[in-house]
Amino acid sequence: MRRFLSALLLCVLSAGTYAEDMLMIRSRAAFEESMLLLQQAISEQGYALSRVQRVDIGLSEFGYKTDKYRVVFFGKPEEIRDLSARYPELIPYLPLQIAIFAEADETLLVAANPVQLSAAYADPELDKRFAQWEQDMRAILEKVRKGGD
Amino acid sequence: MLMLMLAATAGEATAKPKGAQLYGQHCAVCHGENGTGGVGVPLALPGFLSSVDDAYFRETMRLGRPGRVMPAFTRLSDAEINAIIAHIRSWQKDAAAPSFNTQPVKGDAKHGAKLFAQHCATCHGDQGQGGHGTGVTFSRPRDLPIIAPALNNPGFLGAASDNMIKTTLMKGRAGTPMVSFLEQGLSEQDIDDVVSYVRSFATPAESPQALLEAEPAMLVMESSYSLEETVAAVKRAAVGKNFRLIRDQYLEDGLYSEEELNSKQVMVYFCNFKFLYDALALDPRVGLFLPCRVTVVEQDGKVLVMTINPKRLSHLFNNAELERACDEMYRVYADILEEATL
Repeated sequence: MRRFLSALLLCVLSAGTYAEDMLMIRSRAAFEESMLLLQQAISEQGYALSRVQRVDIGLSEFGYKTDKYRVVFFGKPEEIRDLSARYPELIPYLPLQIAIFAEADETLLVAANPVQLSAAYADPELDKRFAQWEQDMRAILEKVRKGGD
Repeated sequence: MLMLMLAATAGEATAKPKGAQLYGQHCAVCHGENGTGGVGVPLALPGFLSSVDDAYFRETMRLGRPGRVMPAFTRLSDAEINAIIAHIRSWQKDAAAPSFNTQPVKGDAKHGAKLFAQHCATCHGDQGQGGHGTGVTFSRPRDLPIIAPALNNPGFLGAASDNMIKTTLMKGRAGTPMVSFLEQGLSEQDIDDVVSYVRSFATPAESPQALLEAEPAMLVMESSYSLEETVAAVKRAAVGKNFRLIRDQYLEDGLYSEEELNSKQVMVYFCNFKFLYDALALDPRVGLFLPCRVTVVEQDGKVLVMTINPKRLSHLFNNAELERACDEMYRVYADILEEATL
């Protein structure tokens, strides 16, 4: 018997949020500098760096030509522990993540807007948390963008 | 009167910086700070600026390109959109913005279909679906100036007037592979026929919101085995699907010291690098959710196996080209979850 509980969460987005599903910025700084700016901004925003996934390294090892590409995972330890205990279904989206990749001599950063998960729970506390994450993500990305100017 | 003139001048003086600022916030990430392109088309190309009118820019920002990365900017006010257009137009040094008659062009779409297949389909696709991928490294060489636009996209058809399309066909776009079809030997009537055929692509856009509503945010199954047994089963299932195991780690790794870690939340990462490369070629942003990951959690006596739902991604990224890859990823995840919990 298939035990999918996949209908657990239905994401219903409001029409107005569609253009904001993805948060993206361009940093005029090269990849290495942008990466440093990102890590610094994450820390300044009160988050801890969890891990950096080196996507480009894996691709290169298998013979694929690629530019620099990393995914940076981060979170607030107590928040991750608390939320994952109370909302285990949220775990696949934790910790928070931002992809960063080189585009010629500049750098692009992209994140999924946490608010797009909001309607899945209909939980005012989570709504606030997602909104806070969005605000923090925007602040982090903006710091990288401005830092690259 | 003098005060009014001064106020008007001051207004103009502030409009430009605002346009640049708004462009920097909303457009530069894809189109480049100076409009040189990247994920998005190079807006600063003289051949482009001289062949599209302000209404095209306006409607493009309002409608986006459903399924083609470019989002609809529904929150920008008319004044903000006009300011962005003014900023984009500031790159156009040698000519004024064109304006086009909004009357429909009358042509024979049937004849236009034949001409389209002969002259346009190579670049724009047999159904006007456009070129593949986006403009960044993973998708195409950097020396190509532009990807052929999707002419069948409801956003394009809603933004481009018949006469704008006709003018582009007649004059071509300097600096891009788009040539003048008058110079290629087509008559003006032939071109009208092609315009009529392109216009016949128009179909109602499927609401991305509706598509998203149909998909759960994640896939979850319950395992009757222990956490350790389930993690081992997930790994076996991933390898069985020709994926390479990257690592497994606790959710809290990097956030707590080793002795404080919750060992009941295990994330298994695995990858098929060809799949990863191909997906990045379609849309470099998709790396945000790659490599693949299945999480196994033991809580309250239950073991749950869970992943994100890849079917939501093509809609989240507004990129219909990802659909096949996302469907494939969905099947892989579904199979792994099922195999690991059988």
